[in-house]
Amino acid sequence: MSAFAQSQTNETFVLNLGPQHPATHGVLRVKLVMDGEYVVEAEPVLGYIHRMHEKMGENRTWAQFLPNTGRMDYLHALAFNHGYVTAVERAAGIEVAERAEYIRVITNELNRISSHLLWFGAFVLDLGGFSPLLYAFDDREHILDLLESVTGSRLTYCYYRFGGVYNDIDDGFLAGTTAFIKRLRDRMPMYHNLVTKNIIMMKRLEGIGPVSAEMCRKYGATGPVARGSGIDFDLRKHEPYSVYSEFDFEVPVYTECDSMARYMVRMDEIEQSMRIIEQAVAKLPDGPFMTPKVSKIVKPPKGDYYNAVETARGSFGIRLVSDGTNTPYRLKLRSPTFSNLSLFGEASRGMLLPDALALMGSLDLVIPEIDR
Amino acid sequence: MKLAAIKQALAAISPLAIEQTEYAGKGFVLDVKVAADQVVEAAIVLDKEDFFIEAVTGVDWLGEKEALKKEAEKQAAAAAAAKAKAAAEAAEAAGEEAPAAPAPAPAPASVPSEDVAPLIDDLEVVYDFNRYDQLCRVVIRTRVPRDNPEVPTISKVYPGANWHERETHDFFGIKFIGHPDLSPLLLPEDADYHPLLKDFTV
Repeated sequence: MSAFAQSQTNETFVLNLGPQHPATHGVLRVKLVMDGEYVVEAEPVLGYIHRMHEKMGENRTWAQFLPNTGRMDYLHALAFNHGYVTAVERAAGIEVAERAEYIRVITNELNRISSHLLWFGAFVLDLGGFSPLLYAFDDREHILDLLESVTGSRLTYCYYRFGGVYNDIDDGFLAGTTAFIKRLRDRMPMYHNLVTKNIIMMKRLEGIGPVSAEMCRKYGATGPVARGSGIDFDLRKHEPYSVYSEFDFEVPVYTECDSMARYMVRMDEIEQSMRIIEQAVAKLPDGPFMTPKVSKIVKPPKGDYYNAVETARGSFGIRLVSDGTNTPYRLKLRSPTFSNLSLFGEASRGMLLPDALALMGSLDLVIPEIDR
Repeated sequence: MKLAAIKQALAAISPLAIEQTEYAGKGFVLDVKVAADQVVEAAIVLDKEDFFIEAVTGVDWLGEKEALKKEAEKQAAAAAAAKAKAAAEAAEAAGEEAPAAPAPAPAPASVPSEDVAPLIDDLEVVYDFNRYDQLCRVVIRTRVPRDNPEVPTISKVYPGANWHERETHDFFGIKFIGHPDLSPLLLPEDADYHPLLKDFTV
């Protein structure tokens, strides 16, 4: 750290970042104690869009909570759908139709790509590069159109049901998906040429914002944040749910622990998601998209259950407690970014403000998912 | 690290109960009940074994003891009725034969030994831990009385527990002793209510 980090007078001031600031991507406030351009202490202030989804869960039936799950992580809503339905399916012992599992994987991975693309655009925007955002949104638009054609919505999906999915996919969707994968494959080298190998980008990210593996463990960081710190942890491989064990894909892991590593993890994940989708489309079995005769009224047996899935940002866990009735007794939603953001205070200490913002961007924050 | 070794390490702090659960049905492999003052010890054990903290949360068991008491009373009444019936039958039979075998003793219903004092229900604090290298979800849980919910903080072992505990304090009013800052995290800064308590009404 340069000599500027420690001013002679030890004079600090408080800088308020947000809750309405372009770099915080939503209503997040960070209280910064600054020493000149350097961050002495950073304290995220949460709760601006806290909606108490957990209490809402206790006031409606198991099925009625489904739309809520799409409204937490609005960028990867299907993964939250998936986490909730698999949790209830585990608790109530509901079988899922095989075709539905494949449909879930295809749509979920498409959604993951769209989430990463938006993050990519917004992250580069944070760093001062405007045009990549437009390219990313162009590609993302195709995914939104595809998902809209089967789910009926463009952002806050509510597509999965206990035992299957709401609607079957058709040949048009599959053809569109295949065409999109081809298109994105062709465009990925362009992204890398435009952005990844850009010298300004590299200077802004390489060696900046170190998050050690030990820090990840102490704060419970998951997802690309952990994988950028050399931790090979992806629930799709580590705790295979749905039919993820059927597919051949890799978990990108980078050991540099810097913002660039987290960037690279997500870019590589887009490629891996495309691989998964291709295999799932090729293997898609015929059959019903919903297990026949799943009771409309779900009543999981008394007890508590835990279930977690891998979202674009890390592991989303649900701890549900059932008292054997048709409403949840307790529904704990463990969102990944909540834990990932909690290490920001420690990780950003002593950093230059613009670097701290790059670090914050590389954590991929989705505020409604933190606040729930 | 084998599950057995972790179980042994946790058993060393002499928890109230330690149970291996079936992963497929439950989603976790080890369910450990500890006393409130043992949570820090348990966290230290798991920290040494390279676990990461997944979440901390609470569950309000309002009305549980009342329900258990009623259930126990019901069982006791049923047992007494069965005993009386058996005795009557035995008396009838005794007219002809030697006394029949004594009626089966009533099930040792866990009749609460409390006096008339109102039952204080529990708040449960649940800690979820997991590992990066292998599938091994461990649940640590402890119970504290609703009228004085106090648990020592584990945020000194796992700094990541800081926010989770703050959130649990927001929602349930559980006080984490030694926590650096229990001011509301997700609720408004002047919030003096705890919405996930079962007797909370808007």
